[in-house]
Amino acid sequence: MNPDELLAIAAGVIDRAKDNEQIEVACSHSRSTSIRAYDGEVESLTTADNQAVGVRVLVDGREGFASAGTLDPDVVPAMLEEARDNARFSETDPHVGIAQPDGIAPVDIDLWRDEVEATSNQAKIDMALELERRVRDAHDRITGVRVAGYGDSVGSFALASTAGISAATRATSSSISVQALALDGERTQTGYAYDGARSPSALDMDRVVSRAVSQTVDLLGSTKPKTATVDLVLDPHLAATVLGLVAGTLTGDRVLKGRSPFVDRVGETIAHPALTFLDDPTNPHSLGADSHDGEGLACRRVPLVENGVLQGFLHDSYTGRRSGAGSTGSAVRGTRGLPSPGLQALAVEPGAGTLDELIADVEEGLMVFSLAGLHSGVNPVSGDFSVGVEGRMIRDGQLAEPINECTIASTLQRLLLDIKAIGGDQVHLPTGVSTPAVVVGDVALSGAA
Amino acid sequence: MNASTSGPSSGSGGAPGEAEDLLGRDLLQQVLTAALGSGAEFAEVFAEDVARGSVHLDDGRIESLASGRDRGAGIRVVSGESTGFAHTADLSPRGLLSAAKAAADAARATEGGSTRTVDLDRSMPTPGSVAVRPGDIDKATKVELLQRAEEVARSSDQAISQVSARYADSRRRILVANSDGVLSGDDQTRTLFSVSCVASGDAGLQTGSETIGLSVGFELFDRYDVEELARRAADRALTKLGARPAPSGTLPVVIGPGSGGVLFHEACGHGLEADLVRKGASAFADRLGTQVASPLVTLIDDGTMDDEWGRYAIDDEGNPASRNVLIEDGVLVDYMWDGLRARAEGRSSSGNGRRQSYRHLPMVRMTNTYLAGGQSTPEDIIGSVENGVYVAKLGGGQVNTASGDFVFGMVEAYMIEDGQITAPLREGQLIGNGPTVLQQIEAVGNDFEMGPPGTCGKDGQGVPVGDGVPTLKVQELTIGGTAA
Repeated sequence: MNPDELLAIAAGVIDRAKDNEQIEVACSHSRSTSIRAYDGEVESLTTADNQAVGVRVLVDGREGFASAGTLDPDVVPAMLEEARDNARFSETDPHVGIAQPDGIAPVDIDLWRDEVEATSNQAKIDMALELERRVRDAHDRITGVRVAGYGDSVGSFALASTAGISAATRATSSSISVQALALDGERTQTGYAYDGARSPSALDMDRVVSRAVSQTVDLLGSTKPKTATVDLVLDPHLAATVLGLVAGTLTGDRVLKGRSPFVDRVGETIAHPALTFLDDPTNPHSLGADSHDGEGLACRRVPLVENGVLQGFLHDSYTGRRSGAGSTGSAVRGTRGLPSPGLQALAVEPGAGTLDELIADVEEGLMVFSLAGLHSGVNPVSGDFSVGVEGRMIRDGQLAEPINECTIASTLQRLLLDIKAIGGDQVHLPTGVSTPAVVVGDVALSGAA
Repeated sequence: MNASTSGPSSGSGGAPGEAEDLLGRDLLQQVLTAALGSGAEFAEVFAEDVARGSVHLDDGRIESLASGRDRGAGIRVVSGESTGFAHTADLSPRGLLSAAKAAADAARATEGGSTRTVDLDRSMPTPGSVAVRPGDIDKATKVELLQRAEEVARSSDQAISQVSARYADSRRRILVANSDGVLSGDDQTRTLFSVSCVASGDAGLQTGSETIGLSVGFELFDRYDVEELARRAADRALTKLGARPAPSGTLPVVIGPGSGGVLFHEACGHGLEADLVRKGASAFADRLGTQVASPLVTLIDDGTMDDEWGRYAIDDEGNPASRNVLIEDGVLVDYMWDGLRARAEGRSSSGNGRRQSYRHLPMVRMTNTYLAGGQSTPEDIIGSVENGVYVAKLGGGQVNTASGDFVFGMVEAYMIEDGQITAPLREGQLIGNGPTVLQQIEAVGNDFEMGPPGTCGKDGQGVPVGDGVPTLKVQELTIGGTAA
């Protein structure tokens, strides 16, 4: 279904609103293809048709929600009834409600590429097979590929509400990913790489092949390092992960509910003065770009940290009302869940220097290849940070021996203050984050005694 | 791949009835015949109807109640090593036949074979017992559970600055029919409750939580007292306010009963999944019949464990759940199998073929994975450590199955000094290598417990799993703290 058809379904529900009700309806429909290649053959090809509806009802400051995995005309009205019933049991909050239009015009961003639908399944299969073959043949130490995959999606999303919001978009996406294997004595080393774009022709297979291979081969012969204090070099992929964890604590709900280490810190220096980052879904170069947020308000630039000073937080309409700051157009949601404030397109301002130059400035450090256990090792409330790491040691500005079976630990608060350098090359990553490489000093590396 | 202690969202409702009600036998036979096309070896229809309900309390009030409904079918066609898969929310004959054709096309079955018809042989195993259907319980009763928990947590200490609590239930009815003639179904109910607290102190914020969940109905709350759970969650957060940084480096580690099961889930469970073994992505490939662990280790995966979170009657390919001994007295006995890998290797499935929903392909997954109890008393095990760490509660973890390297989070931990549990420690990660750690299990206690409910993620699919251990001692693990 196209965005207009989805809007019509949503509007049909809105028409049923009673006088004392606020209603917001989200509808989505997407078709996706996913191909997995293994050992020169197609392991699986999945074609999917995904529909969803989510209905939010507010009566006298009480909220109820219901969702279904279909746009079936018999089911959609039943979700309204279910959401109404749910609203009876929640408790009143004067700030709860749907978003009110705030007059900010959405930027016009075209997230759709005809090419995705125009590409044949055979061409997509060929990409997955080519990726698998190229990684296998790229280096004599590569002994296999666990999986090489191609995936894409074309979809529409619509949102309408009794506040007069009526927003619809359509978008395409396309991605490739691969996990390479290399035997290292008794041990098997793995390396993963991926790319994402709005269409297949924008994918950079050369870069994925070379990253998968180097992530694997450059770690052969890894050993457990000695416990030490080191400088961490994070390339843009890893910087995006680590700074994304920090920025993820700067949301209105965490702050208002006392669950962020940065509560009450606006206007204070929380990071090295070289660090400036914002959420910028208006930048069409970011894959996180969008015209509207998850409540139908225009997306906008939200300054978070400028020259090390905390500027503010990400808000949806609820946290915006409750804090008095107003929504920053930062509601994120799936069709089937309630909106909450979150990052859409984190952008870290570049500093100076290439990755090689950053490495050359490090006396004793660690070039991080991958992090493990982020969901269990990072506490976004206390800020405690302790994760598994693989990478190459840096000695006197040169990449040295590969290491594994060790952890790095700090706190999110300290990581920001301990930044030593920010690189000059900002990269737009498939996750929607745009960032250069970052160097963080004095991090505890735990390994052998 | 990882397992975490976050529970899935879950739900109420759905009219009772047998899974076969989802789709009639004649229609299933027609769809399977279409899916086989002219030459595929195997075709399967997996139909699912899930109803979920949840209530969320945060920041002093019931924020929202949510309901979810999902109904649809996934059709899988296997030709050689290649699988075609399509799914639809449209369970009409037209919707199903269209998905069957898409799956058959995707499998690229060799043309020129003969068409064949399918005779379905119905067998419906007994679903898990549910005394009180969550759908029959008034929403106000569920709301009240959360309010009681919140009140107890808030009043336990002034330092408790925030409380959230969540109730969730789900009822999942499935139906599996395939070209081998299998027609089977299951009716799975799960109920979950969690409470988490934030404590504020001079050194910042700390968190504590408790989660319970079983494959039972609302009678879950006859077995557990939510007020007691709330007190324990608050205590965990309060204890950590005075915690010191965890050590950095390698030390002996004693893991308490229950939540430590995640150690085995990560250290070797994933590596014993036959799909990963076949691809050379397991550190346990080619090790059958060999001593892979200390003789103290007997590891079992058991999908039949009454009421446990990872329990079911049939897996998502229609095979009955079973109890599978994976490691016995340290010797690797068998891997876990789904239908696809079992078929390829001419053996039977172990009932471990699972999928997140009808939108997903099944693969080899764990159910309830646990280390069998041993002989030592917990006191003796702790007493044997001069300088080490006692982990009372483990959180989620992650493993690289190929290398065997794994991590998991210490949610509640203490120093052990001269055989005594002493100072509480801040959160930190433990890291080790699966094959190495298995050999380094030095003691296994006689106090076996199952841990909290978990959601295991693999290749982007989450499924409910359980795990458990008695108290155990690992010779050494690397502790990712910040203290020198």
